[in-house]
Amino acid sequence: MNFVASHLLTTILLFPIFSAVVLLFLPKNETKLLRWTALVASLIPFGLSIWLWVSFQSGTPGFQFQEQYTWYAAIGSSFHLGVDGLSLTMVLLTTLLTPLAILASFSITDRVKPYMMLFLFLETGMLGVFLALDLLIFFLFWEIGLVPMYFLINQWGGENRNYASLKFLLYTMAGSLGLLLSIQLLGVLFQSYDLPLLYERWSSVQGSLLGLPVATVKTVAFWAFAIAFAIKVPIWPFHTWLPDAHTEAPTAGSMLLAGVLLKLGAYGFLRLVIPLYPVEAHRYAGILAFLAVMSIIFGAFASYGQDDFKRLVAYSSINHMGFVMLGVAVAARAAGTLDAHIAVDGAVLQMFNHGISAAAMFFLVGVIYERAHTRDLNAFGGLFPIVPVYGGILIFVSMASLGLPTLNGFVSEFLVVRGSWPIFPFLTALGMLGLLFTGAYILKGIKKILHGPMNEDWVGHLTDISTREILVVTPLMILFLVIGLWPAWILDVINKAVMVLF
Amino acid sequence: MATNTLIWLLPLPPLLAFFIIVLFTNKSNKLSHIVGVGAAALSWAGAMVVFFRSLGVEHFGEHPFTDSIPWLPLGDGWLEIGVRIDPLSAATLFFVAWTIFMIFLYSVGYHNFGQPKGDHDKQGLPPHGATVENEHGHKHSVPSVEPMYARFFAFIGLFAAGMYTLVISDNLLTLFVGWEIMGLCSYLLIGFWFAKKSARNAGIKAFMTTRIGDVFMLLGLAFLYSATGSLRYEVIFSHEVLHALESTPAFWGLSAAGAIGLLLFIGAVGKSAQWPLHVWLPDAMEGPTPVSAMIHAATMVSAGVYMTIRIFPLISAGWDGYTLTPTMSIIAFIGAFTALFAATIAVAQNDVKGVLAYSTISQLGYMMAAIGVGAYVAAVFHLITHAFFKALLFLGSGSVIHGMEHGVLHTGNHDLDPQDMRNMGGLYKKMPITFWTFLIGGFALSGFPIVTAGFWSKDEIFADAFAHGHTTVFIVLALAAFLTAFYTMRQITMTFLGDAKTPEAEHASENTWTMTTPLVVLAFFALAYGWVGIPENFPILGSFSSNWFHHFVAHTVHLPETHAEFSWIPLITSLTVALGGLAFGWLTYRKQKAGAVDPVKKWMGPLYHWIENKYYFDEAYDFLFVNPARWFSEIFTYKWMDRGLIDGILHIFGPIAYWIGHLFRERFDLPVVNRLIGDGSADLVHKAGEKLRFVETGRIQQYMIAAMSVFLIIAAVLYYVILI
Repeated sequence: MNFVASHLLTTILLFPIFSAVVLLFLPKNETKLLRWTALVASLIPFGLSIWLWVSFQSGTPGFQFQEQYTWYAAIGSSFHLGVDGLSLTMVLLTTLLTPLAILASFSITDRVKPYMMLFLFLETGMLGVFLALDLLIFFLFWEIGLVPMYFLINQWGGENRNYASLKFLLYTMAGSLGLLLSIQLLGVLFQSYDLPLLYERWSSVQGSLLGLPVATVKTVAFWAFAIAFAIKVPIWPFHTWLPDAHTEAPTAGSMLLAGVLLKLGAYGFLRLVIPLYPVEAHRYAGILAFLAVMSIIFGAFASYGQDDFKRLVAYSSINHMGFVMLGVAVAARAAGTLDAHIAVDGAVLQMFNHGISAAAMFFLVGVIYERAHTRDLNAFGGLFPIVPVYGGILIFVSMASLGLPTLNGFVSEFLVVRGSWPIFPFLTALGMLGLLFTGAYILKGIKKILHGPMNEDWVGHLTDISTREILVVTPLMILFLVIGLWPAWILDVINKAVMVLF
Repeated sequence: MATNTLIWLLPLPPLLAFFIIVLFTNKSNKLSHIVGVGAAALSWAGAMVVFFRSLGVEHFGEHPFTDSIPWLPLGDGWLEIGVRIDPLSAATLFFVAWTIFMIFLYSVGYHNFGQPKGDHDKQGLPPHGATVENEHGHKHSVPSVEPMYARFFAFIGLFAAGMYTLVISDNLLTLFVGWEIMGLCSYLLIGFWFAKKSARNAGIKAFMTTRIGDVFMLLGLAFLYSATGSLRYEVIFSHEVLHALESTPAFWGLSAAGAIGLLLFIGAVGKSAQWPLHVWLPDAMEGPTPVSAMIHAATMVSAGVYMTIRIFPLISAGWDGYTLTPTMSIIAFIGAFTALFAATIAVAQNDVKGVLAYSTISQLGYMMAAIGVGAYVAAVFHLITHAFFKALLFLGSGSVIHGMEHGVLHTGNHDLDPQDMRNMGGLYKKMPITFWTFLIGGFALSGFPIVTAGFWSKDEIFADAFAHGHTTVFIVLALAAFLTAFYTMRQITMTFLGDAKTPEAEHASENTWTMTTPLVVLAFFALAYGWVGIPENFPILGSFSSNWFHHFVAHTVHLPETHAEFSWIPLITSLTVALGGLAFGWLTYRKQKAGAVDPVKKWMGPLYHWIENKYYFDEAYDFLFVNPARWFSEIFTYKWMDRGLIDGILHIFGPIAYWIGHLFRERFDLPVVNRLIGDGSADLVHKAGEKLRFVETGRIQQYMIAAMSVFLIIAAVLYYVILI
């Protein structure tokens, strides 16, 4: 235990990969064994994250549980890990959702071994991004996360999976190019990729670089970072890969895609863009806020315009992540003020909230899809009496997604709106249009599936949600309620980190 | 128990009832209603204790019950939330507790507890009745129990919890929490019979229309919170904060206080169904009748008015008692306009609940107008009396419908609409308790003089509006009051008086005690509650009155000192419109025959269609907002922008990349790399081999000579390169 205690982050980070290697040596036809091994293996990082959460000193500023190992000394990159309140929240989210996604995948029968291994690889990839304190390591994990998701969509996806997976991979990689170049620039300049070091030095650079004024170089580098992360979030108008990827991805893939992968982009903004480029971020905050509000509005409208349940939920992610970006934009414009603190508190909490509620929504879409083999909203109708438990859960989860007070989403959205109102009053007011239509698309989903005259085609063909499936969604539902009623336990950790960072 | 602890606990029983019923007792109707009604009774008892304790506190306005806890850690401090019972919330708590408890009790009978399961009843549709066989083998139809009986009690439990939360809040944030929970419950309950398309759509309409108000309210909260750093009443309504807000300009010439007040008021326009967001409330009667009573009286629409009364210090910041602030003028205009506008529609409704629905909108307009002209206490008073008599009227109308459904089951004519007043008549004989209580409620609504509570509260609004010189508002409200009395008497006459117009009405019957007891209790309050607020300067009666209500409630806020002399004009107006309207309504409809054309229709001619169709607001909104929004979502945003433009641009990259790749292959790879370098080097070697073939002779001597010469050349080169 001592070793684990002193290498807690490395253990959390690498345990999934080791488990994946163990899976490799299990017989491929023993699906039950494979599933349970994967589940147990993913529960261990979750347990360790709870340990991490409990022993984390939220009152202490800066990074904790730091570990640093020599990695690529020649170019000044080291394997440097650490957490603060911001990344801790995301680590908890990732390690919570992965076991649930694996449990949700118990219905997968096709090539179980590689499927489960990919999920474990994916977990390491995502955790690495949140834990890295070295830019090169950050980038490494950023790219590692892409590969398993590509194969999950490409191999276990729906009809149009080739198009969707290619779009997902190419789009993200296109964004990564600029990111990589900018990271190299920093590395070449300072002979180091260490983040805490770069925070200090980068902002004090004066004069000219590569024959250009520093301001120009920084502006270009800022946009390179921003666009890479904007694609990942995704912000309007870089969002069109998302509905395709979600629609084609297997259920558990969508859960993690919406639940965690989108957060990587927002995390990038908070961890890298604003701290590294405070001046540029301040200058272009208006553009970010505008794009955020466009995401809120068009995400909601596009969602309302869907007839495919999964695509509806996919667009809702764009709508909800818009609030995260709005909070980020406020932090960029007004760092150091109470407004910015409240907005980022809201944004980070919204990242967590959207993570759990979107995962639950996608899961519920998957539950009905597995039974009906269609996601066409017009094919359903009046199913409530046939699937009463599922119906009740769907309404509950939908309300969390809608941002009903006493459930999680409201707290974070309220904080973002509160924080952004004094900074971007007009844009905030405009964003309310999106909030209004959040109601419209959520109710559309419920209306088309549960309510209305019963569609007799489904009588006898649909079974209610199973115990295993209830087990997947119950922890999330409890969390909705807990965060909605008593958000202080998580918000306090976030707030203290935000006070230090912004 | 300490009063503060008790206040915290008030919303808990119905909330727990919701979870208990949903999770555990949903299979048992009996357990579920025991939990549900029991929870309502517990909260009622707690509320009564709190209310009566508040009466014992001297200068309660200055020393309310308050308690708070830190809730959200933000920046260096915490956002606190808490509970507060001051005179306003105590008075509100009183009527909320009573009406909610009565509605819960009534629901047991209304949903036919104890009756057999229906023959063809399905979840999501109203029960259609069951066939039973008596000992002689004679079959007859009886009402059947609601298929989702347990679920109903869960939902109204949550609804009640929302309202209690709203009332006990000491801040606008938890008020908003309760507010939104009620929004959800109204959606769930209006659409309770979800398999009916009309009910499903009405639920969505209610949620979406009120949500329009809610997003403005959310902005108002954000504005207020940023400007003052708090949302607690004792902070935001303190003199310093109000003064600061009043002197900060915002937009459109409003002060920050006025702007925030206006944004919050828009929330109330949605919740309290004021024009132009009134369209959802009439459709809300798609829900079971106890829900209508819940929405129209006990909870939802009252919440909007309650909130507007709460923020009175904001909207009236800078008011000297005479010249209204811009925000107050807007509120007064919307209130007065709604009061008259909705009253005209009510005249042409034939649905027994439809009349009441529009009368609610109209009465809420009264309250808003009262707030707008600064008649603070009168608004609270009317809110409370209205809650009692409107809950009574809705439960009464539910009783009528239920009685008519008995008739329908008896005759077996299921095509007959048991809610249409044209099918009724003569019910006073069949349903005496319902009749007498409904009469009391109707008279209270009309403002029948002296004995009814509605008279006193309405009279106070008139007197206040008149005394402060708001003549236009006064006249508009008086007109509306005349129409109110007229359509109320029209309703009573068509429903209860005269002869039965259909066989079903002849076979209607009175309902069980669980339904009639609430009627009697509410009828008591519809009469008696007015007596606590008789003005001291009222002729004769005033000298016996202490006007307890005014003195109790007025201390909630600091109102500007104004002196209103007693005037006969508003009193006489009030008497004339109430009695005149009632008499006119009775005279017009008392001889109405079954199937005859409505007299109002004869007088109005083509204008009647406008009223009958509610001035075509639904159609106009569909045309202006709903359909364009659908087009904007499906066609513009998704098809044109995302699929067309954005993906179109992305898809160009594919062919471009392919074209560049092709170009490289055709123009560089194939000619240069493959032919020139690849094939070329092979050719070169081949050719060189051919040319050098003659060297390979097989003679050792020749090889030795060649080797020696190469060695000598290398040695020579090395000699020159290294040594020199």
